[in-house]
Amino acid sequence: MSVSLLWAVDVYGRVYSLSTGGQQWEQCHDAVLEFKRVTAVQQCCWGIACDHHIYLNVHSSDVPIRYQEETYENQRWNPKDNFSDHLLPSDRWHWSDITGLEHQPLDSFLLPSTNWEWEGDWYIDENFGGEPTEKGGWTYALDFPATYTKDKKWNSCVRRRRWIRYRRYKATDTWAKIPSEGHSGPLPDPFNDISCGGWEISEEPRGRLSLWAVSLQGKVWFREGIHHHSPEGEGWEEVSLPGEVVQISCGPGDLVWAVLWEGQLIVREGITRDCPQGSSWVVVDSPNPEAGAIHVAVGDNVVWAVTKDNKVWFRRGINSHNPCGSGWIGMVGEMVMVNVGLNDQVWGISCVDRAVYFRQGVTSSELSGKAWKAVNVPRDGDIRSHSSASISSLHSAGCFFSGEVQAQSPPPIDPDEVALGEPEAKCPPPALVLSPSLSGGLGDPQWSNVDLEETQTHLAVGPAVVRGDSADTCSLSSVATYTLCQGEPYGADEHPLWAWVSGGGCGVNCHSQLNWFNSATALASSVQSMSLSISPAQTAAWRKQIFEQLSERSKREMDHFKHYEQAVEQSVWVKKGAMQWWRDWKPHKWVDVRFALEQFSGPEGNQDGILFLYYNFNEEKKYLHAFINEVTILVPVLNDSKHTFAVYTAERTKQRWPIRLAAATEVEMHDWLALLSVSCCDSRGIQGPPSKQAIWSVTCKGDIFVCEPSPSLEACPYPTPCDQMFWRQVGGHLRLVECNSLGVVWGVGYDHTAWVYTGYGGGFFQGLASSTDNIFTQTDVKCVYIYENQRWNPVTGYTNRGLPTDRYMWSDATGLQECTKANAKPPSPHWTWVADWTIDYGISGGTDREGWQYAADFPRSYHGHKTLKDFVRRRRWARKCKLTTTGPWQEVPPIPLSDVTIVLCGAQSSVEPIPLWAISNKGDVLCRLGVTLLTPAGTSWLHVGTDQPFKSISIGGANQVWAIARDGSAFYRGSVSSESPAGDCWYHIPCPERQKLQQVSVGRTSVYTVDQNGNLWFRQGLTPSYPQGSSWEHICNNVRKVSVGPLDQVWIIADKVQGSHSLSCGTVCHRLGVQPMEPKGQSWDYGIGVRLFNLTSNPDPNPSTCF
Amino acid sequence: MADDKDVLRDVWFGRIPTCFTLYQDEITEREAEPFYLLLPRMSYLTLVTDKVKKHFLKVMKAEDIEEMWFDFEGTSLKWHYPIGLLFDLHASNTALPWSITVHFKNFPERDLLHCPSNSVIEAHFMSSIKEADALKHKSQVINDMQKKDHKQLWMGLQNDKFDQFWAMNRKLMEYPTEEGGFRYIPFRIYLTMSDRPFIQKLFRPISPDGHTHTLGDLLKEVYPVAIPNDDESKRYQVVIHGIEPLLETPLQWLSEHLSHPDNFLHISVIPVPSD
Repeated sequence: MSVSLLWAVDVYGRVYSLSTGGQQWEQCHDAVLEFKRVTAVQQCCWGIACDHHIYLNVHSSDVPIRYQEETYENQRWNPKDNFSDHLLPSDRWHWSDITGLEHQPLDSFLLPSTNWEWEGDWYIDENFGGEPTEKGGWTYALDFPATYTKDKKWNSCVRRRRWIRYRRYKATDTWAKIPSEGHSGPLPDPFNDISCGGWEISEEPRGRLSLWAVSLQGKVWFREGIHHHSPEGEGWEEVSLPGEVVQISCGPGDLVWAVLWEGQLIVREGITRDCPQGSSWVVVDSPNPEAGAIHVAVGDNVVWAVTKDNKVWFRRGINSHNPCGSGWIGMVGEMVMVNVGLNDQVWGISCVDRAVYFRQGVTSSELSGKAWKAVNVPRDGDIRSHSSASISSLHSAGCFFSGEVQAQSPPPIDPDEVALGEPEAKCPPPALVLSPSLSGGLGDPQWSNVDLEETQTHLAVGPAVVRGDSADTCSLSSVATYTLCQGEPYGADEHPLWAWVSGGGCGVNCHSQLNWFNSATALASSVQSMSLSISPAQTAAWRKQIFEQLSERSKREMDHFKHYEQAVEQSVWVKKGAMQWWRDWKPHKWVDVRFALEQFSGPEGNQDGILFLYYNFNEEKKYLHAFINEVTILVPVLNDSKHTFAVYTAERTKQRWPIRLAAATEVEMHDWLALLSVSCCDSRGIQGPPSKQAIWSVTCKGDIFVCEPSPSLEACPYPTPCDQMFWRQVGGHLRLVECNSLGVVWGVGYDHTAWVYTGYGGGFFQGLASSTDNIFTQTDVKCVYIYENQRWNPVTGYTNRGLPTDRYMWSDATGLQECTKANAKPPSPHWTWVADWTIDYGISGGTDREGWQYAADFPRSYHGHKTLKDFVRRRRWARKCKLTTTGPWQEVPPIPLSDVTIVLCGAQSSVEPIPLWAISNKGDVLCRLGVTLLTPAGTSWLHVGTDQPFKSISIGGANQVWAIARDGSAFYRGSVSSESPAGDCWYHIPCPERQKLQQVSVGRTSVYTVDQNGNLWFRQGLTPSYPQGSSWEHICNNVRKVSVGPLDQVWIIADKVQGSHSLSCGTVCHRLGVQPMEPKGQSWDYGIGVRLFNLTSNPDPNPSTCF
Repeated sequence: MADDKDVLRDVWFGRIPTCFTLYQDEITEREAEPFYLLLPRMSYLTLVTDKVKKHFLKVMKAEDIEEMWFDFEGTSLKWHYPIGLLFDLHASNTALPWSITVHFKNFPERDLLHCPSNSVIEAHFMSSIKEADALKHKSQVINDMQKKDHKQLWMGLQNDKFDQFWAMNRKLMEYPTEEGGFRYIPFRIYLTMSDRPFIQKLFRPISPDGHTHTLGDLLKEVYPVAIPNDDESKRYQVVIHGIEPLLETPLQWLSEHLSHPDNFLHISVIPVPSD
């Protein structure tokens, strides 16, 4: 689980954060000032300090925030000076932006604030559209503005070159003051409330946020221009209001609610991608006409409010079409404030004990949750008070050893009642007694927002709770600390008193395992969850003891007695079932078959078996069989109607025609798959986790497979044919997997999450064929896309009435399949929808403001703006779906990756660093530090600067790092060594003629690339003294991906491989005849055609078996 | 790295070398040779001793034969205890092979249950599994299984088929991850020197405040005598499957990996041999 933070402020204005992986509140020590409020999102935290200024704390990341400034130097040729700075009067500026319209000399670039620093000086960009330019980076043209080329021609009259310089945001992990300036000078009055959110409104620009602030006079301000490259934003804009606002709350999406002085609530409408600050307000009445609202908190689809009598309310019927909802529901519990964090999880501060509470059981189907549960962890530096610990143990003693579970959940309490009696709240007994009298005796507390006097009188009554200056700030911030503290039985040192909590950056959900609620701090378990490399459970003394004693026992009781007769003789065991089979001959159809697996002891004592398939043909009983030891792979093929899987043998791989079977239910299919898989492994004598030399691959469905390489795989001249390799499945779901020959394996999910391999098992291999430790929950998220198509007609413009020959008005990308919002399904039953349909603006070719792409006709190339010739348009809708499975994978937070590469071999000792490089999903090149055999997850990323985003990377023998940039150009990283793991500079390698490269793989010495048209290229002329090589040589086409092993073995995923039944896509192929003197090899050996589309290969690195 | 799955295999394939000798008072036609056999620790005596019976029948007259039973050094061996448990409880510190005396007469009605056929063993075995699942999952898992699944568990034990048994048994070992373990741990603690056959109580794998319960916690609760005090030397051995797990071993893990096929964790507490 990725670690994230819950933020809170105590009544003294000290800011604390609590990590989801931690067990104590950490004080934010660099905060010089006291804070009133904080509002957190994942990447940063905003706060209002006691000086009423706004401060920003950007969390540091391994990838720094850097912004590329660019300017162009323009020159014109004249006969006297050749190319010179003397331009014509009609020309652009000597220094300008790309269009030539802005004057931009180098010294006009200033840092936006003191929180930024320059990374280096200006330098010339020598890359021109993926091609290295001539020295100096000049590009030539006939005149401005025109098409530039890198070559100087006879008629080139002008030239220009691009200068770039990076600035970096330096004020991370510290509170940086944001100047309070609006469009017209400083803002007139100080801030009182702040709320940050809105990151789901748009992905453009990256990391965009909405920040809303309320001033003391009740005005609302919206901060503009906050995004990844501008974390501080640009300026404040006032938002007109129907009244004076006390407090505001902004959700992750388009939900913004605020509370008026008078106690009503207002809801912002018209918030869209183009207008994140919205357009108008709608008033919603307070839940309780007698007691107005004092606080509101919104999430994705929820609104919670607190009224003056501290009752908590939940708003019913909120959705994206109805931001106002339909009605209030009173909730149990009395709170001073509530806050809605990620996943609509709710946090609150109780008005009785001032502790932070978490709303348990909030799920997307039950947004109101079940019960409040106190976050019960110490603050750093605090000594745990013994009283609270003993209270909770008292509480726990109740269900200790009683036959039945004691009432764990609270008895139903009327919302009108004071809810502190909930057992979960673990409220100490005195509070239980006091609280009813409090609300009953005082009745409606005289709530008043600026009445400081009253506040202080009440405070005087409440013993030793809030002192001095912090009382001022608290009352100003309209958090009612007042009467609520009356009768508070604790001194301040007894119990932490909280004033504000923000869960906007806290990535928990109702399934998260948190260690926050138990008073006893089981530190060991937190260590366990943090350590990715060695789980203590695996190395615990008790486990070692059991393993040792069991093997001792075997020695003692069995070794000398092997000649004794066995009491039970082995026999044949048969498992039968009914299935459907995709008939081998035409017409192909599903037919009912009886299915049986017969297992018996093979001649060498190992298990073996035969698979039988009994069917009727022309009234005749027939059967088909397959020997278990000949099965090469079992692939689950999930589709939305049947639970099917395919059984391959070498023969059937050659035919490209597996045995396809369908089970009645998913459970049945998984039972069979688990059993068949175990018996295949048994028959081949494979036990336990994959070996370190295993070959890993993932299918296009995301299933993960490994193959144990045999010594004969690379034998010369007769290696094991690819179609006889046995692949077995490993739990989990990945988009790509990379391994080295030492057992370090990394994967990347469809949602770009990085995972490191921890063991084996998971998925449907539960219990039996699985290690019970090192199996973690794994999730993956991807999008399902459908297209809305429209045609233009002169009368009504664009409508969903197409020509009779047109494609479906709602279709898939090809237009051949009808796909509507209602009938589109997740890829398989394992996937569930997690969001609603949204317009996808990120489609290549660009879109207009409503997401439309235009074209002259279907199917043509689409562009993002309407022209006169366009008669059709389409837009893409995306809907996120999520898969939850288990597997031997642990997340490597926090940076999402798009590619990863691990050096194939090298490290001999378990502590020697293993080079590992990756590319983030934003295209940043990263080098992982601290990866060793013992710590395969490594420790941190080192960012390697590039002038443009990258997409593919590979590291081979002798630390050769090759990478492909998004523009298709290749780069070689110079001077990478164990002393300098990140190397020093990039060398730009020209592409093959007119080709954009797509992917690269480096072996011991060989470098192969695949271009966007599926051509495979080999780099020639690589020598130790000139590792960049000299030229590209074409090997073959129809290649999707290449992977080169540590002995320069070449494996590809090829398309359009001919089988005896059909053409197959995504076939694993192995290059034959690769020799030290002939690294290109001679021909291909075609293997399994199960649409394996990604592969990493490193068969046995022992050279003696190969050469 | 050794893996937990290997523990299951090691436990399943545990064998005790045994020497069966005919009781001296039994009437034979000629001298009965002792019979040597590897007994599966997980199985039941009467289920795996067909060969023993056949061996001794060869030298005996049919009229001298009643129900076969066994003793070890004068202690009648209860067939309804797993073999491994019998060995750990009565013979763990004696020399191997385990020397069992075979009787065909004078069935000790007070000590032993009759076992006329394998279906009695099956009934006993299945009732244990059901009881264990009642503790672990309120019987939900076992009740969801079909008759043939129950049969598969039994056949797996009877025919010594690890895969067949575990293909089904794994379902009995599952639990909701958020709960961190079974509802209660099915265990029985056996004492050699006590009149009670065994101790069995309700005990959860996780304490109410979220701690993992260990073997030590269990003993402290139900049989504290077994745990040595700080100052005194160890008086008892706590034995499961012939090994002594450390007291800090998590109980849930033990239940998942060291339970017998009947899904109970059979724990023997035996005095440390005074040699």
